[in-house]
Amino acid sequence: MTTLVPTDAPAPLTPSLLYLDGVTVSFDGFRALNALSLQIAPGEMRAIIGPNGAGKTTMMDVITGKTRPDTGEVLFDHGIDLTRLDEASIANLGIGRKFQKPTVFESHTVEDNILLALKGDRRARSVIVARTSQAEAQRIDEILEIAGLSAQRDRLAGLLSHGQKQWLEIGMLLAQDPKLLLVDEPVAGMTDAETEATAALLRRISAADHSVVVVEHDMAFVRALGVKVTCLHEGSVLAEGAIDTVSENPRVIEVYLGR
Amino acid sequence: MITRALLADDRTGKWFLAIVLGLAIVVPILHLAVPETSPFHISTATLALLGKYLCFALLALSLDLVWGYCGILSLGHGAFFALGGYAMGMYLMRQIGTRGVYAHPVLPDFMVFLNWKELPWYWYGFENAWFAFLMVMAVPGLLAFVFGWFAFRSRVTGVYLSIITQALTYALMLAFFRNDMGFGGNNGLTDFKDILGFPVQANTTRAALFAASAVALALGYLAARAIVSSRLGKVLVSIRDAESRTRFLGYRVEHYKTFVFTVSAIMAGVAGALYVPQVGIINPSEFLPANSIEVVIWVAVGGRGTLAGAALGAVLVNYAKTTFTTGLLAPYWLFALGALFVVTTIWLPKGILGKFNDLWERWRSSRAEKTETKPAPVPQLAE
Ligand SMILES: Nc1ncnc2c1ncn2[C@@H]1O[C@H](COP(=O)(O)OP(=O)(O)O)[C@@H](O)[C@H]1O
Ligand SMILES: [Mg+2]
Repeated sequence: MTTLVPTDAPAPLTPSLLYLDGVTVSFDGFRALNALSLQIAPGEMRAIIGPNGAGKTTMMDVITGKTRPDTGEVLFDHGIDLTRLDEASIANLGIGRKFQKPTVFESHTVEDNILLALKGDRRARSVIVARTSQAEAQRIDEILEIAGLSAQRDRLAGLLSHGQKQWLEIGMLLAQDPKLLLVDEPVAGMTDAETEATAALLRRISAADHSVVVVEHDMAFVRALGVKVTCLHEGSVLAEGAIDTVSENPRVIEVYLGR
Repeated sequence: MITRALLADDRTGKWFLAIVLGLAIVVPILHLAVPETSPFHISTATLALLGKYLCFALLALSLDLVWGYCGILSLGHGAFFALGGYAMGMYLMRQIGTRGVYAHPVLPDFMVFLNWKELPWYWYGFENAWFAFLMVMAVPGLLAFVFGWFAFRSRVTGVYLSIITQALTYALMLAFFRNDMGFGGNNGLTDFKDILGFPVQANTTRAALFAASAVALALGYLAARAIVSSRLGKVLVSIRDAESRTRFLGYRVEHYKTFVFTVSAIMAGVAGALYVPQVGIINPSEFLPANSIEVVIWVAVGGRGTLAGAALGAVLVNYAKTTFTTGLLAPYWLFALGALFVVTTIWLPKGILGKFNDLWERWRSSRAEKTETKPAPVPQLAE
C-alpha cells in the first residue's frame, strides 16, 4: 500500500499546470467522478489507467468544459478556474483534446484539418480574412511529416484508415500547440508498430515542454511511455506511481489488472 | 480581380454566372426588342415568371449557405424572404400617393379603410427608396441576428432548431394576418403603381426588374462563394460535420453560426424585395410554414452544399410546379413534390448538381487513367 495517494494532500509547493481537487460529477445520482484529486506539473506526462467506466473520459470532459462538476476545484495555469469557462475559452487557454473515438473533419482534406487546428486568432472576423501565411504553411508541412501523413495531405480525412485518423488527430493537437494535451485512448485499434510509434511521438511531444495526460488501456503502451501512472476506479484515484508499483498494488490487481 | 481569384477553381461557378448574367441581357432583349409575332419573343407573363424563378433561386442559395455549409436546417427562411418583401411593399405603397381608391396623400388605402388617422411610426421613412432598400436587408438581418444569437448560444441544434424556425415563421404569419398590425392584414400590400418613378407594370420596368434579379442572384452567388471558400467557410463545414470538435479547437461556434445565419437572412430578404414588384403583391401567406419547407426541397433536389445546385433546384422545381398546377394534374402537385423529395433523398442524395459533379469527376479520372501510363493516385470518392 505504498502508493496510495493521501486524499488530503496539501496544495503543492511547485505550482502545477493542472490542479483538480475534490471533483465530483453525478449523472442522475450516479457518481462518475467521486472527489477526484489530481495534479499535473508543467512539462509532465501522465498516464491514466482504470477499468471501463472508471471516469477517465468524464475527467477530460470536466477539464475541457464539456461537463460541469457538482463540486470541486479545477484550476489551470496559475489558478484559472476552468469550471467557469466554456469549451472554446478553455481550448484557447491552451488545452487540447483528442477524443476516444477519433473525430476529424471528414469532408476536409488532411491538410485543412491541420490548418484549422493551427494555433491562432479564432475570432470570426479574423478568420474570414485569414490567408495561409508562409509560417503556417511550413508548420503544416512539419506536422504532416511528424504525423506521417505527408503523402495523404490532399486526401479527404474521411477516407483515412482508423489508425491514420488517430494520427491526424494527434497532428491537430500538435498544431494547436497547447500547454496541456489530453489524449483519450490514442492507440485503440492500432497495430503494434503503430502503437510503438505513437508512444514515441507522445514522448517527443512531452519532451518539447508540453504537459500530456494519456488515458489508455493498453498496458504495453503505458509501459512504453515510461511515466508516472494514475489508476482511477469508481471516479477517484486508486493508486499513483511508477507503472511497476501501481501494477503490483493488490487493489489495482483486484479491480482492473486481474480481470 | 477578386472575382477572378474567387472563380479560379470553380468551374460550375463560371458557368453559373455566365448563364445568369447572359439571361440578364438576353431575356430583356427578347421581351422588349423582338416583335411579338416572332417565336423568340418573351411575353410579359413569361418574363414575370422567369423573374420570380430567379428570386426563388436567390432564396434557395441563401438557404444552402446555412444548411449546406453549416448544417443549420432552417425551416423558416420564407420569413426572411417575406420580411424583405414587406419592406419593399411598404415602399411601393408609399409611392401610390393620391392615386389610391381613397386618394389619401399619406395613408395607404387599407389604413383609410380602417379609419386610421395617422401613419404608424414604423411606416416612417419608407417613402424614401434608400431607406426602404436598407430596411429590406436590415429587418431580416436583425431578426436573424437576434434569433440566432439566442438559439445558437443556447446550443439549440438539429430538429429542435428546425422546429423553432417553423414556429418563427408561423408566429409572424399570424401577426401579419392581424389588421391592427398595420400591414394590410390578410390582403397584404398590393395595387402598386411606381418603383423609383417608373410604372411597375411597364414592360421596360419589368425587364429592368428581371435584370436586377439576375444581377442580385449573381452577386449573392459571389458573396456566398467568397464566404464558403474563405477559412471561415472551412470552419462552417467543420461545425456542420463535428460541432463539438470545432469548439474544442477553440472556435466559438455560436458566433460563426449567427454570422452566416444573418448573412443568409439578408440574401433572402433581398430575394423577397425583388419578388414583390414582379408579382405585384405581398401578403401573409408568404410566411406559410409550408413555403419554407418547399425551399428545403428545392435545395435538396438541386444539390445541397453546391450553391449553384440550390439555384438550379429552385428553378427546376418551380418550373415543374408551374407546369403541373396550370394543367390537369394540378390537384396532384403536392404528391408530386413529396415524391420528388423522396426520390432525390434515396437516389440522388447529393442532388442533381452533386450527381453531375460525381459523374464528371469519374469521367475525368477514367480518361486520365487511359491516357497516362502510370495511374494517377486520384482518390475516388467512395460512396
Ligand atoms: N453524459 C452521461 N450521462 C450519464 N452517465 C454518464 C455520462 N457520461 C458518462 N457517464 C457514466 O459515467 C461513468 C464513467 O464514464 P467514463 O468517464 O466514460 O468512463 P471511462 O472513460 O473511464 O471508461 C460510466 O459509468 C458512464 O456510463
Ligand atoms: Mg473513456
